[in-house]
Amino acid sequence: MSTEQQPIQFPGHVIDTPGGGILSGPIDDVINWARSNSLWPLTFATSCCAIEMMSTAAAKYDFSRFGFEVYRATPRQADVIIIAGTIVNKMAPVLKRLYDQMGEPKYVIAMGACATSGGPFFYNTYSVVKGADHVIPVDVYVAGCPPRPEALLHALITLQEKIKAGTKRERIDIDGNKIIDKR
Amino acid sequence: MIEEIGTTEQGDLIINVGPQHPATHGVLHLVITLNGETIKKIEPHLGYIHRSIEKMCESLTYRQFIYTTSRMDYLSSHINNHGCALLVEKGLQIEVPPRAQVIRILMDELTRIASHILWWGAMAMDLGAMTPYFHAFRERELINDIMEETCGARLTMNYQVPGGVMADIHPNFQRRVKDIIKQLYKKLPEYDELVTGNTIFKARTQGIGYLSKEDAISYGVTGPSARASGVSCDIRKLYPYEGYEKLNFQEVMHTGCDTYSRYLVRMIEIRESISILEQLVDNIPEGDYQAKTKAVLKLPKGEFYTRVETARGELGVYVVSEGGTTPYRIKFRSPGFSNLCALDHMTRGQKIGDMVAIMGSLDLVIPDIDR
Repeated sequence: MSTEQQPIQFPGHVIDTPGGGILSGPIDDVINWARSNSLWPLTFATSCCAIEMMSTAAAKYDFSRFGFEVYRATPRQADVIIIAGTIVNKMAPVLKRLYDQMGEPKYVIAMGACATSGGPFFYNTYSVVKGADHVIPVDVYVAGCPPRPEALLHALITLQEKIKAGTKRERIDIDGNKIIDKR
Repeated sequence: MIEEIGTTEQGDLIINVGPQHPATHGVLHLVITLNGETIKKIEPHLGYIHRSIEKMCESLTYRQFIYTTSRMDYLSSHINNHGCALLVEKGLQIEVPPRAQVIRILMDELTRIASHILWWGAMAMDLGAMTPYFHAFRERELINDIMEETCGARLTMNYQVPGGVMADIHPNFQRRVKDIIKQLYKKLPEYDELVTGNTIFKARTQGIGYLSKEDAISYGVTGPSARASGVSCDIRKLYPYEGYEKLNFQEVMHTGCDTYSRYLVRMIEIRESISILEQLVDNIPEGDYQAKTKAVLKLPKGEFYTRVETARGELGVYVVSEGGTTPYRIKFRSPGFSNLCALDHMTRGQKIGDMVAIMGSLDLVIPDIDR
């Protein structure tokens, strides 16, 4: 892996015209580019990972550099859920409801071992959902208990790359039919 | 699951706050009965982060179960581990080396400072001020760096084990602690300037959320929340453990009984913790950091109880042992649960806008309540 940062490519190419230029490219790419740079997370946090998520937002790590600045308290204004913490059986319907209330397009990051697989609460418990992907589809998984802020930043940047690449995802609609996401 | 908004027979409005609500600091669900803007009743619904830690501990050995407790009250994870380690040491009569004792107290007090600082930022954010949050995390990151160097983790350290601590302190530890003391002495007046003397903050916190001394005792409120009502309940003073009796520090008390005095108690507690750090940081005795223990720990048959003072109040650990390698039954008396019980009493007759301030002043950590 090269450590050099690739310059951010704006989608499409510029056709030079006298006095400026015309940008030409697929509109989808431009929309994806714009989307990836203003992802608003939902303030959804259940347990310990919440503190590391707060650290990521605070001055030292500062994820507003990448366009995640605006935490939204309501799912209707949010683009991405960062599942920070364990999901238990009582919380699972609430998480599903929050996800359903979000407007398209919506993305999910499973932060930490608990949200990925149940983590330290995989064995010997009766109440923990073994991975948030049993409830809602997940785009990016982050390992760690809890993950370092850098790991969360990496996950967020991975999500941006995924959106820029126009990744499509198979989804299941409310009647149980498989649909291909058109975003 | 979640009740809809409705009205009672008397025409009072019932609203739900949470489980996903920024003011609840986690996933707490409150069903609030309102008469206009005035709160008539608050019913907390728990269990949205019930991870069955107590049941889980029954299948883990006495070395393993300590690690689940740092996920309970994650803002004072060192102190949670400390309580459990003390219990195992009490059961097996293990003597902890003096070096380990001092390291433990240093870690506990650093955790307490980090927890109170984070609470300060979160409390101000609840009341609508965003800037203190960034100030708070600036200092908290420095403490996290110390933890990371010595324990290898930033948040869930799992550093205190039966018999002492897991590893010796990092060579930089003492220098770093002195740096943070210097930094805090410089920044704490800034905190006071920003929030403590702020007219808006005072107007929003003074005289609301009254909890009398009698009520605090009868609801079992502990920690800074109870000390702000004039109840002497500091476990470090009343039932000293690990050499706290040799240290010179004050039990911070206040008799204001309101939200503002709970705020003041925590701010003074940060200074008391700094003075404990100052007394110990240059006097870490030489020697082992861990006592020699058997590979497999078996507690004798019987019941054991220990308590420690976390940043939120009294944490009790109760274990019934059948003589095996795992506990037969384990119960945590968590400070958050008892403090939450007083919320209904404190908010009755108050305005709904003040509820956030009152709840913020209790410093609730929801996984500590649900476990």
